[in-house]
Amino acid sequence: MESVFSNVVRAPEDPILGVTVAYNNDPSPAKLNLGVGAYRTEEGKPLVLDVVRRAEQQLVNDPSRVKEYIPIAGLADFNKLSAKLILGADSPAIQESRVATIQCLSGTGSLRVGAEFLKKHYHQSVIFIPKPTWGNHPKVFNLAGLSVEYYRYYDPSTRGLDFQGLLEDLGAAPSGAIVLLHACAHNPTGVDPTSEQWEQIRQLIRSKSLLPFFDSAYQGFASGSLDTDAHSVRTFVADGGECLIAQSYAKNMGLYGERVGALSIVCKSSDVASKVESQVKLVVRPMYSSPPIHGASIVATILKSSDMYNDWTIELKGMAGRIISMRQHLFEALQAKGTPGDWSHIIKQIGMFTFTGLNKEQVAFMTKEFHIYMTSDGRISMAGLSSKTVPHLVEAIHAAVTRVA
Amino acid sequence: VIMAMRIRNSASRGTMMSRQISGLRSMSSWWKNVEPAPKDPILGVTEAFLADPSPDKVNVGVGAYRDDNGKPVVLECVREAERRIAGTSFMEYLPMGGSVKMVDETLKLAYGDNSEFIKDKRIAAVQSLSGTGACRLFADFQKRFRPDSQIYIPVPTWSNHHNIWRDAQVTQKTYHYYHPETKGLDFSGLMDDVKNAPEGSFFLLHACAHNPTGVDPTEEQWREISQLFKAKNHFAFFDMAYQGFASGDPARDAKSIRIFLEDGHHIGISQSYAKNMGLYGQRVGCLSVLCEDEKQAVTVKSQLQQLARPMYSNPPLHGAQIVSTILGDPALKGLWLKEVKVMADRIIGMRTALRESLEKLGSPLSWEHVTKQIGMFCYSGMTPEQVDRLTSEYHIYMTRNGRISMAGVTTGNVGYLANAIHEVTKSS
Repeated sequence: MESVFSNVVRAPEDPILGVTVAYNNDPSPAKLNLGVGAYRTEEGKPLVLDVVRRAEQQLVNDPSRVKEYIPIAGLADFNKLSAKLILGADSPAIQESRVATIQCLSGTGSLRVGAEFLKKHYHQSVIFIPKPTWGNHPKVFNLAGLSVEYYRYYDPSTRGLDFQGLLEDLGAAPSGAIVLLHACAHNPTGVDPTSEQWEQIRQLIRSKSLLPFFDSAYQGFASGSLDTDAHSVRTFVADGGECLIAQSYAKNMGLYGERVGALSIVCKSSDVASKVESQVKLVVRPMYSSPPIHGASIVATILKSSDMYNDWTIELKGMAGRIISMRQHLFEALQAKGTPGDWSHIIKQIGMFTFTGLNKEQVAFMTKEFHIYMTSDGRISMAGLSSKTVPHLVEAIHAAVTRVA
Repeated sequence: VIMAMRIRNSASRGTMMSRQISGLRSMSSWWKNVEPAPKDPILGVTEAFLADPSPDKVNVGVGAYRDDNGKPVVLECVREAERRIAGTSFMEYLPMGGSVKMVDETLKLAYGDNSEFIKDKRIAAVQSLSGTGACRLFADFQKRFRPDSQIYIPVPTWSNHHNIWRDAQVTQKTYHYYHPETKGLDFSGLMDDVKNAPEGSFFLLHACAHNPTGVDPTEEQWREISQLFKAKNHFAFFDMAYQGFASGDPARDAKSIRIFLEDGHHIGISQSYAKNMGLYGQRVGCLSVLCEDEKQAVTVKSQLQQLARPMYSNPPLHGAQIVSTILGDPALKGLWLKEVKVMADRIIGMRTALRESLEKLGSPLSWEHVTKQIGMFCYSGMTPEQVDRLTSEYHIYMTRNGRISMAGVTTGNVGYLANAIHEVTKSS
């Protein structure tokens, strides 16, 4: 019998995840994976946080734990603690019960569920996303039925923020349009607005009744401080307005594969928040019925124990600190080598990624000649670097910049 | 100035910041028009049960297994698998298609250990978020690549099936399935609908232990259905949520699928480990699509991944690790098969007990269907009004379609349950 799917053509490799596939296939001992954003230690190994291991042991040793379905909206204590984490324990929005929080499958899942909710219930179906942004963002929103527009963000000439362009583009957006904002550590550029710039952005957004949708994937991971990295979100919530927030624990708790995250919708009143939550559940039920229990249990265990929470903040500072020192190291090494160009953006940008400014051809050259794996937009994951491998990267960058246009 | 003062003076519990912001109009919520959503008909039952303070309350609502003490069960093989996993997993991202090891073991269960289709790599398969996630991925895939197709869904079916295909924007049609008079299969109605559907239609079939009725076609009937599907070139999508859990024998419970495979159909399957491994909250399952050849399987898998990526990027790790640890270790797999049989046998035992109790009470109705039906659920035939009486007078919780989750029945409560059912039905 002929297949009913014989018209299906092969999909292209995912541009980000495909990098790791190519890296795995390379036999060279000098190969370096600066592709996907997963933290690595100085030894180049993945890291499971000590607090996570402790939480894991606690869970597995508890004979009263069962594997029943958790509610559609996820674990209640996980949701409360996640809202507190991003909004601050003293947030009036929380105290006034104006926040609907739903456990979702990491950042991706939170974005998708939020977008589907917006498609069903919000009067505008256009979302403005920064240019550039994480490659999966447009797909998530498109599949939810939203139409995607771009606002200027990255300025290649300064390797910094195109603030004027951003203000112009958001200023020209139709009233009520949804705006995707990276809460901190913009992916892929590492370029964040200053707090003064954030304030201007907030005023513009509120004056045009645009709806902010925050993607918070790096809280604590960017600066090392959970509160600092939540600042942008908190100022928006503090003005009493509404917003959506997608939180991920993939990086800051190293729970990547367990898919733990939360979608929070900050509303004007508790009555509205409760109705909103009920409608978000209708989005979730036909998608996967209810979220997975394991990762959220680990997070809740850590967040509700003040000892474990404190230990977590220390480990988080450790990870962020190592990345910041790698930035410094790479910058100094390029200076020392005399590589042409201004490389200060490496220490000005923040978070896991550096947008090097290298072009597609230079990247391809570095992969072919030096076995360096990175996304073709020139983004490198600083988490994949160590003091041992910095020299190799510097060689590669130097060669690319001097030999390839 | 006066306006600014008025704003400052009408300070709410909010922060100073909002008073200082110029140009901030007082805004009403974007979500004023959002209506409160109705409670999920199935999951809402457990919520109501939990809220009931009565010591006599019985939960025969949601389909989660309970032991004879009414307690949830974590299988021994699962506990052991978790002990092995804790402290060793690096929690890295799985590929978009999930754990290859878990998927391979899972395909063996559905297609057979020595399946030629597995050997020939003709199956496009991805790890999914349990059965719901598998059905949803398939529905999205169907919408994307066969946008003009419809899905034929049995009447009745698990209520969430309708939500899934609706959210995937695939047009739904129904086919006859349950016969209220016999409380069995409406076979001729089913066959007529299959015959009258346009050629090349997509059908949702419950592989075994139909939810909510517990009514399955016999092997002979499955063969006839398969033959008619062939004649009509229909696509069969099997939702298999109870393999092993229905009869106690996984191979037997997959019989319908094996018949279709023998007859040459290129089917799709949703598999779930929620019930048969008790991994409910872990959300572990698998979606597979049998293709013409290896090349097409690679192609279809790549497109399934394209649908998963903007939904959740990659599936959760822990549940998949539990499954592959168990199925990859012959001793643990043997233990699992024993434990599944225990669960299935207990349910079969409760069916017998409930039927006998009702007959002993002198019920004027026939309760034969209680033991004829199979799997977790019994479609009792009670009306919504009778169900409401069970709840309000006897604190017995079940869905209003009269579906009883046999997993919630115990030697301790079967007498109470039978008595209550008898009381509300004896005058009908």
